Amino acid sequence: MSTATSAAGDAFRESVRSWVEANFPPELKDQPASMEGAGDGDLAQALERWRDALAGQGWGAPTWPKAYGGAGLTPAEARVISQEIGRAGGYNPIPLMAGMGVTMVGPTLLEYGTDEQKEKHLPGIASGKIRWCLGLSEPNAGSDLAGLATKAEDKGDHFALNGQKIWTSGADISQWCGALVRTEPQAPKRDGLSFVLLPMDQPGVETRPIKLISGASPFCETYFNDARAEKSDLLGPLNKGWSVVKRLLQHERASQTSARGPGAGGKSESLYAIAKRYAGETADGKLEDADLRARLTRHLMDAEAHRLTAERIAAEAKGNVEVSAAASIMKNSATSVSQTRSELMIELMGYRGLGWEGEAFRQEELDTVREWLWGKAISIYGGSAEVQNNIISKNILGLPETTQKG
Amino acid sequence: MAALTEEQTLIRDQAEAWVRDEFPVTKFRAMRDSKAAGAIMGDAWQGMVEMGWTGILVPEAHGGSDLGYLTFGLVLEALGKNLTASPLLASALVGASALRLAGSEAQQAAVLPGVVDGSIILSLAVDEGARHNPAQTACTATAQGDGFVLKGEKRFVLEGMSATHFIVPARTAGAPGEEAGLTLFLVAADAAGLSRTGLSLVDSRGYADVTLDNVAVGADAVLGEVDGAFPVLDAVLDRARAGLSAEMMGTAGQAFTMLVDYLKTREQFGRVIGSFQALGHRAAQMFTDQQLARSCAEAALASIDNDAPASTVAEMASLAKARVGDHLHLVSRELIQMHGGIGMTDEYDAGFYLKRARALEATYGNQAFHRERYASLLGY
Ligand SMILES: Cc1cc2nc3c(=O)[nH]c(=O)nc-3n(C[C@H](O)[C@H](O)[C@H](O)COP(=O)(O)OP(=O)(O)OC[C@H]3O[C@@H](n4cnc5c(N)ncnc54)[C@H](O)[C@@H]3O)c2cc1C
Repeated sequence: MSTATSAAGDAFRESVRSWVEANFPPELKDQPASMEGAGDGDLAQALERWRDALAGQGWGAPTWPKAYGGAGLTPAEARVISQEIGRAGGYNPIPLMAGMGVTMVGPTLLEYGTDEQKEKHLPGIASGKIRWCLGLSEPNAGSDLAGLATKAEDKGDHFALNGQKIWTSGADISQWCGALVRTEPQAPKRDGLSFVLLPMDQPGVETRPIKLISGASPFCETYFNDARAEKSDLLGPLNKGWSVVKRLLQHERASQTSARGPGAGGKSESLYAIAKRYAGETADGKLEDADLRARLTRHLMDAEAHRLTAERIAAEAKGNVEVSAAASIMKNSATSVSQTRSELMIELMGYRGLGWEGEAFRQEELDTVREWLWGKAISIYGGSAEVQNNIISKNILGLPETTQKG
Repeated sequence: MAALTEEQTLIRDQAEAWVRDEFPVTKFRAMRDSKAAGAIMGDAWQGMVEMGWTGILVPEAHGGSDLGYLTFGLVLEALGKNLTASPLLASALVGASALRLAGSEAQQAAVLPGVVDGSIILSLAVDEGARHNPAQTACTATAQGDGFVLKGEKRFVLEGMSATHFIVPARTAGAPGEEAGLTLFLVAADAAGLSRTGLSLVDSRGYADVTLDNVAVGADAVLGEVDGAFPVLDAVLDRARAGLSAEMMGTAGQAFTMLVDYLKTREQFGRVIGSFQALGHRAAQMFTDQQLARSCAEAALASIDNDAPASTVAEMASLAKARVGDHLHLVSRELIQMHGGIGMTDEYDAGFYLKRARALEATYGNQAFHRERYASLLGY
């Protein structure tokens, strides 16, 4: 990096830092990030204020053009923003409040959308006010997404959707949905699909929440019964939905490559400190449980190797986050680091890491348990660990694939 | 499976049929939903008593059948399959073992018949912190008159709410961390000064925190030697660990059956997912691992039945608990992963197995505890 750009970088960081200092509501410091976003109460109001302040800067989606609610910044600058927010003990709520909007639908819209579509949809996402869900998976089409059956029939000015989606995260609280549907039933599997955008608040859409093993119900069964998607909301060409969704899934992976994840997110106490608190330490300050110590150390090394690789990939891409097969590597690595961390956390807490509810347990303990259970999903969604390995062996290593016949 | 006698085969088949017919996982689910954690009392408990399971480790003189640990393990394995959390392990294995190993003839005569007929439910209240560490016992027993006064906290006591009596290791000498200075006491759950609180753990089994606030007991409450209980406590715990390993084999076995069934039925890309070697080979490895783990669990139980020296039983118990623990850990993770989205839902049973697995791993020492202990026992 040249001295000139790094000086400019420092100045940028300075300006972000002072803006965050001036605008971050102190009551939000170290609050856990919540998918649900603002409920009610004082914290929720503070969160809304914080969201609106960020949106005013275009920092909900900093790399998007200003015209669409972004700030026209580089990925490197966007990273500085999230680092500085993290430094203040906060997080950016907009990507959470927008559901799949900022991380997946938005970037795909930027690539494939018409000007009219971008104007219509992007600002709502960037402000964190419109939440999006993704209707891809179906009961019989998970890893084999192209095997999906939901039909979209051409009705002149719109499509009529009929079928069932499943595992639709946030479907019950989203305003809009991006759905992969079959528009050409005669064509080979991947050639008859289209990607449409549709509002969730309409008579033809019904959602039924599904409860997870962690007790929460973040996803739904989604039923389309003559649900209406406007022709003007077809994203990308007709019957080319597979290309659109492949790109979308790459964006999904790219957004899932951070290994902070369960058990570590936002908490300032180190894993070793937590371990010592629960498992005790020797007179010279080492973790008492030597076996646990060895495995914790291996995990810390894995986490550090992951972090360094993320940095290296970013540097090699010269600041442009490369959305490519590398995302598969990083997703699997992130998943493994996060899930191992969660397993270690509950192990080191002993029985206290097995609480379900009640006053006998501290909140951090109950949170750790729920995060551990929830975290089992990260190697399943967004293309399972096995599916990522298939992508790596086919797209990077050039090995023949066994699963795709049309 | 070890070569079983005719009687053992009969007991195993009976147990498997009972679990299948009387305690399907739907029943566990209903219990979980009603929040009656661990409340497998009433009919189900009576059923276990009638099958004779509560007497498997009790001498015939006290109304039992004295069939031994391997036989008990067969029953526990069957129960583990359907997550049937009952006081059987805590009372009829751990409790009965404590009485047989440490109790006088008079104490055995007073308690064991009640264990057999189900009217007495014993539970060993050993752990005081979040992790298993018997030598860390801090709970005190101070001599007073010709008896003792107990003071301290016992945490995460298995079947702590349904127990009628607790077996309590307490410190009559020495300091926490020392093996010397411990004494075992038999304390009635309704003793003055004893209180307990039910806990809601992730696996919906019945655990409780027990507080002993100056509980006065007579000299006849002492099981075995004053100050010298650690060896016998360890022997009791080794029986508990071996027995629990059998239950864990059942839980892991059922999880593995579910997993393989799913690999054979779920189709993606126009074929069953078990045909993808990325999954099939992992299943094959799990099966191999299951066989290795089974050998350890059975050998631990057999070493007790064969009156092997305490140090051998200890080695085998730690080997079994660690090895079976690793196996169950692996299978419970793969169970979810290989099911995809459906495995993450509460409506499906996979999550129950994951949750129970971690609780079983932690009970009576997790894998790390037993690897460390095994190394020490071998002199490493
Ligand atoms: C918490 C959560 C949130 C989700 N959110 C959404 C959402 O918002 N929108 C949406 O559309 N979907 C969502 N999903 C669905 C998710 O994308 C699917 O669960 C995933 O694609 C796997 O599909 P499946 O569940 O049908 O499992 P299956 O495809 O049936 O897979 C079962 C097992 O087989 C393995 N497998 C399958 N094919 C192969 C192969 N060729 N080689 C090797 N192994 C293979 C899988 O890896 C897995 O282990 C979510 C899932 C979860 C758990």
